[in-house]
Amino acid sequence: MKPLLHVENLSIRLPKGADREFAIRNVNYELMPGELLCVVGESGSGKSMTANAVMGLLPKVIEVDSGAVTFDGFDLTSLEERRARALRGNRISMIFQEPMTALNPLMRVEDQISEVFLIHTAMSATERHDRTLALLEDVGLPDPKKMLRAYPHQLSGGQRQRVMIAMALALEPAVLIADEPTTALDVTTQAQILKLIKELQHKHNTAVMFITHDFGVVAEIADRVVVMEKGEMVELGKRDEVLNHPQHPYTKKLIAAVPPLVSPQREVSVHQEAPILQVKNLCKTYTTGGSWFTKARIVKAADDVNFELHRGETLGLVGESGSGKSTVSRCVVRLLEADSGQILLAGNEIQSLNSKQLMPFRKRIQMVFQDPYASLNPRKTIGQIIADGPIAQGMPATDALAKAAELLELVELPKTALDRYPHEFSGGQRQRIGIARALAHDPEVLVADEAISALDVSVQAQILELIDVLKKRLNLAVLFVVHDLRVAAQVCDRVIVMEKGKIVEMGETSQVFEAPIHEYTKSLIASIPGAHWRSGVEDNQSIEIMEAQV
Amino acid sequence: MSVQTLLYIGGRLVKGAAVLLVIAIFNFFLIRMAPGDPAQVLAGEAGATDAIFLQQLREQFGLDQPLYYQLWIYVSNLMQFDMGITYRQQMPVFDLIMDRMPATLLLTGAAFLLSLLLGILAGVVAAAKHRKWADSAITVAALIFYATPLFWLAMMAALFFSVYLEWLPSFGMQTVGQDLTGWQKVTDIALHLILPASTLGLFFTAVYARMMRTSMIETSRLDFVKTAKAKGMKPSRVTTHHILRNALLPVVTLAGLQAGQLIGGAVLTETVFAWPGIGRLMFEALFQRDYNLLLGVFFVSSAMVVIFNLITDVIYCVVDPRIELSK
Repeated sequence: MKPLLHVENLSIRLPKGADREFAIRNVNYELMPGELLCVVGESGSGKSMTANAVMGLLPKVIEVDSGAVTFDGFDLTSLEERRARALRGNRISMIFQEPMTALNPLMRVEDQISEVFLIHTAMSATERHDRTLALLEDVGLPDPKKMLRAYPHQLSGGQRQRVMIAMALALEPAVLIADEPTTALDVTTQAQILKLIKELQHKHNTAVMFITHDFGVVAEIADRVVVMEKGEMVELGKRDEVLNHPQHPYTKKLIAAVPPLVSPQREVSVHQEAPILQVKNLCKTYTTGGSWFTKARIVKAADDVNFELHRGETLGLVGESGSGKSTVSRCVVRLLEADSGQILLAGNEIQSLNSKQLMPFRKRIQMVFQDPYASLNPRKTIGQIIADGPIAQGMPATDALAKAAELLELVELPKTALDRYPHEFSGGQRQRIGIARALAHDPEVLVADEAISALDVSVQAQILELIDVLKKRLNLAVLFVVHDLRVAAQVCDRVIVMEKGKIVEMGETSQVFEAPIHEYTKSLIASIPGAHWRSGVEDNQSIEIMEAQV
Repeated sequence: MSVQTLLYIGGRLVKGAAVLLVIAIFNFFLIRMAPGDPAQVLAGEAGATDAIFLQQLREQFGLDQPLYYQLWIYVSNLMQFDMGITYRQQMPVFDLIMDRMPATLLLTGAAFLLSLLLGILAGVVAAAKHRKWADSAITVAALIFYATPLFWLAMMAALFFSVYLEWLPSFGMQTVGQDLTGWQKVTDIALHLILPASTLGLFFTAVYARMMRTSMIETSRLDFVKTAKAKGMKPSRVTTHHILRNALLPVVTLAGLQAGQLIGGAVLTETVFAWPGIGRLMFEALFQRDYNLLLGVFFVSSAMVVIFNLITDVIYCVVDPRIELSK
């Protein structure tokens, strides 16, 4: 069989002053008709570069240096713009990572889809309308007739991604490029979208280039896999070969960093002392809109939430977006005011305290935030960031700075970092700083709100390791808010599953994962991509690799 | 229009009326705080300054009453849509304002349309030629017009186009002493309009151009523009169908602010070009201490701001479907 798309010795140069000379270098792979090829790599690996080169979407400052991408006998990198446009959206189309922003907010769904017909075909208005309606039905959107008239903001993330898919598949392209199309979606939505892509691919015999960082997704849908590292292609092979017998050390490292879905055996600890944190009947309701005449939209983000957390324990709070898990975690540290209920920290009720009374308790419960890029003040040095808290609590500045230096050592960063600014650090390093900042108060409870979600998988593994080590050393109680069930299975002693503000299941991690009781938990676990695949690398081997990284 | 929208507009009108009442009371005190006395101005013009005549004038206009009583009379008249009689012309204030309104609306409306069209066009061109010479030229020109005082620009324009080149008339709205009719009259007024309208519009042209340029550049970096390109669209269509409309949103907000000033904002231009509009009326009333007339102009101007703010919000809801009119 002849390849549909042939990437030959492709090199793309980065502008001067970038961290490396080439975005991608000497990349070679073929996309066969009807196959699903996954391009895998971490952020900065150049995995999206080839796709953007194919679509003519490279930023102006980035140029193809050498090599070619052949499609239908033409080299796409040197094709005349007018002829390349005729292929785009027609024979080759693309869907993107962020369904929330990828659609024009001011245009109705129908107009955005039928635009593709308008550009590439001579269809009449009624034909365009009928075809658009059929497409919406094809991608499984509810009430397609109504959907035609909808604006993007009226749809959920999953629905928007379906609209994007409908748009991309409008003219039955030979090649579909999907750039992390499910990364921004919830796990159950992700499972549906993956299934949809797979179905449509079979139905229309489309070749799909699927860019992802998630090996679970690879295991779920790929036929063949390309692994990219820092712009170089390090491995290419059949899915099962690559997943189960990776050859290149980088591939091995990546796969080892994927947390296996089976929860490790833990001793069921019987807690003697009283719990450090108790949450009783916590309720929090958000009300939006509403006036004398219109009905308000009421969302119960926390609905009678009860749990306990002991020293030395990691409690996972899992659920999809909108489940209320972040609301609960923020109420617990009192960044949000709960409507009712009690929060007891070491037996002291802190929910009803005013901000002055709360002051001495603040330091005992600390938070690590989700986005390491946004949660550190860019105009302060690392030393100031870490020392600020203790100084506010009354510690002399010199002592606080000395303590900051110690903490940096604890989170495995050099002391020289004290006088530097956040932008000089990578995401993983920043999250270490965020942890050091939280630990500066010697807290008893650490709340980690999606603390690893923004990080690459190998960095994730390191941060998880660090939190675990610190927990043991400092006898911390950790409330771990996370949407990634693989991570939850690995690091949590117990998990709480939340749905629409309610706790639907709570128990020992292994029990919840192996024998879930509630329907929602079952559907969550069934949705994890690549659930049937367990990394083929032996456990002891993976530990070795992890240690090598740290 | 949905019931909800109508309710919203009704609510806003009620609130607007309350705001206007507060403004009217505030204006009343503001004017009384300024030094000067209308009776003395009038008496001075009549050439009589004896105390009895002054007293008569004050009695005639109710200026001898205590301040709170004057306020009460003013507000209660206003509630019945009566703005009083001007001291000098002895005409109802409302009629006088309505008499001058068309001239002002013609001037400010022309300036408004001109600045909106020209500003948006310049901004779009500058953004399309980002970092090329056309962009620099537009940006620099916009900065100059943005920074130059209006009255200076008006005088220079009159000097250059009327006195030096003798192309355009420099004052008034119509040629004096000719009773033109039909198309001749229209052309005559249009020629008189060119200078004042363009001087008045230049500032906002500059503001719109700069804002539109930034907005276009920012919007062109958004994700949905990439989606549009990936559909295989021509760059020109991407600009007109996807970037332009999104980029217009901030300009709509600003245009609403400018529209609110359509009535009261042309004092300088009208004075320099002797345009017989409300701005000049106000200017004269100020010197004559004609309290009733001044208050009337203030009131009509603030009513316009309130109404145009509401219109802007309604328009905003039409151009941006994400915004719902509620509360």
